[in-house]
Amino acid sequence: MNQETQELLNTGLARMFKGGVIMDVVDPQQARIAEEAGACAVMALERVPADIRADGGVARMSDPGMIRGIMEAVSIPVMAKCRIGHFMEARILEAVGVDFIDESEVLTPADEAFHIDKKDFRTPFVCGCRDLGEALRRIAEGAAMIRTKGEAGTGDVVEAVRHARAVREGIRRARHMPEEELVAFAREIGAPLELVRQVRELGRLPVVNFAAGGIATPADAALMMQLGMDGVFVGSGIFKSADPARRARAIVEAVTHHDDPQTLARISENLGGAMSGVAARSLDGERRFAGRGW
Amino acid sequence: MRIGILALQGAFAEHREMLATLGVRAELVRTPGGLDGLDGLILPGGESTSMRRLAAWGGLDKALRDFGAGRPVWGVCAGLILMARYVEGEEPFAGLMDMAVARNAYGRQGESFVADLLPGRLGGGPLPGVFIRAPRVVEAGPGVEVLARHGGWPVALVQGHLLATAFHPELTPDPRMHAFFLKLCAARGALP
Repeated sequence: MNQETQELLNTGLARMFKGGVIMDVVDPQQARIAEEAGACAVMALERVPADIRADGGVARMSDPGMIRGIMEAVSIPVMAKCRIGHFMEARILEAVGVDFIDESEVLTPADEAFHIDKKDFRTPFVCGCRDLGEALRRIAEGAAMIRTKGEAGTGDVVEAVRHARAVREGIRRARHMPEEELVAFAREIGAPLELVRQVRELGRLPVVNFAAGGIATPADAALMMQLGMDGVFVGSGIFKSADPARRARAIVEAVTHHDDPQTLARISENLGGAMSGVAARSLDGERRFAGRGW
Repeated sequence: MRIGILALQGAFAEHREMLATLGVRAELVRTPGGLDGLDGLILPGGESTSMRRLAAWGGLDKALRDFGAGRPVWGVCAGLILMARYVEGEEPFAGLMDMAVARNAYGRQGESFVADLLPGRLGGGPLPGVFIRAPRVVEAGPGVEVLARHGGWPVALVQGHLLATAFHPELTPDPRMHAFFLKLCAARGALP
C-alpha cells in the first residue's frame, strides 16, 4: 500500500470519530459501559491518568492481554497508548491489532529528543499538542489525528482551553499573514513550511483535532466543541465520577448538542459528583504531563 | 431541493462540503424537527453504536423510520448499518433496506483498504472505494439492485428511494455517488 492510500485510510478513520467521545477504560466491563453510553472509541489502559498521577513511578504501555480483552469486549474501535519515542511499544500495539495508537505524554517518555517516525507504521497515530507548531511537527512525523494535551488526570479544563485557544490563534495568524511572512512564521513555530501553507489554505489543521486533558462535565465537553474541537477524549473524568454510566452518556450527548444550552441544561441534571480533581495551577513542572513532548 | 445530513456523530461535514461543490447547501439534522420538509437525508459514516443511541435518546429513531418510508435516504458505512433490515448479532435500527449486514466483517483498521470499483450505471471510469472498518452486506433482498460489488459482495445498493454504500465517497474528490443521490432525491426515488 502506498503512503498516500495509507494516509487516506488513517486520517479517514479519524474523521469517523468526529462529533464523538473517546473514553479511557481499564477493563472489559468499563469498555462495555463506554460503548453502551455511545462512545465512538475507547482507549485501553491499565491506569487512568488520575491514578498514574497518584501512583507516581514509571508509566508504560499496558499489558497486551488486557488490551486484547477490551478489543474482544466491544465492537467500537480500540486505541492504546505507547510512550513518546518508544517505537517498539508501538510495534507491539500494532501487532496486537489496535485501531489507533496514542503516542502519549501521560506515559513516561522513552525518548527526550525524538518522537516516533509514525509514517513507518500501518496503524494510525494520535499525538498531543499545546500549540500549532507542536501539532504540525507531529503531523509531519505522520500523526493521522491530533489532540490538544490539556492536563490529564486533573479534572481541570483550564489547560485544555489554553491549548485549544493556542492552536486556534496559530491558525488565525497563518490565515491572515502576508505571504512573505510565512517562512519566518514556520521557523518561529518550528513547523514545516508546506504544512503551514496547508493550514493557511484550509483554515484549520489538515487532520482531525480532539480536545483532551481535564474534561470532567458535559459543560466542559460542550465548551471544547464551541472552541472548534472536532470531539473530545475523556480520561479520568468518567470512571472517577460517582455515576460513570450516566456521566458518560451525558458527555456524549453534550458533544452532539454542544450549541443548544437548553438541552445541555437537561442532560447535566442529577449526574452525581464529578471527579474531585486537582487544580492544574497547583502542579509544579515535574508533575505536569503537558510539558512532555518536543 | 432541501437535503439533510444526520449530524449526531461522524463525518457529516465531509458530505456537506461535497454537496456544496454540487451547488446544494445541506442542512444538519440533530432533532426530529430537523427532518421537516427535507427532500432527502444522508446517514453519514461514523460509529453506528454511537449514532443509534444518540438517535434513540433524542426521539429520532421513529422519526427516521417514518422519513425513510417515503423519502430518499442514503446510508454510508455506519449509515448503511442503520438502514439494514437485519444486522448480525444486534437489533436492526431503522430497518429500511431489505439486506442483511455484518458489522466490521472486513476486520479492524489494519484491514481497511482502498479499491477501484466498476461504476456500473453511474458511468465513467473506476469509482474509488474507501473501505474503513467497513460493514459487509451478506445478503440483499430481491427488490434490491446492486450498483457495485467488491470481491463478490455488494458494496453499493439501491432499493427504490433508498441508497446504501459500504464505502466513503465523501473522503474522495469523486462526486458521482453524491450526484446520483441528488438525482434520486429529485426523482423522489423514481429513477429511470
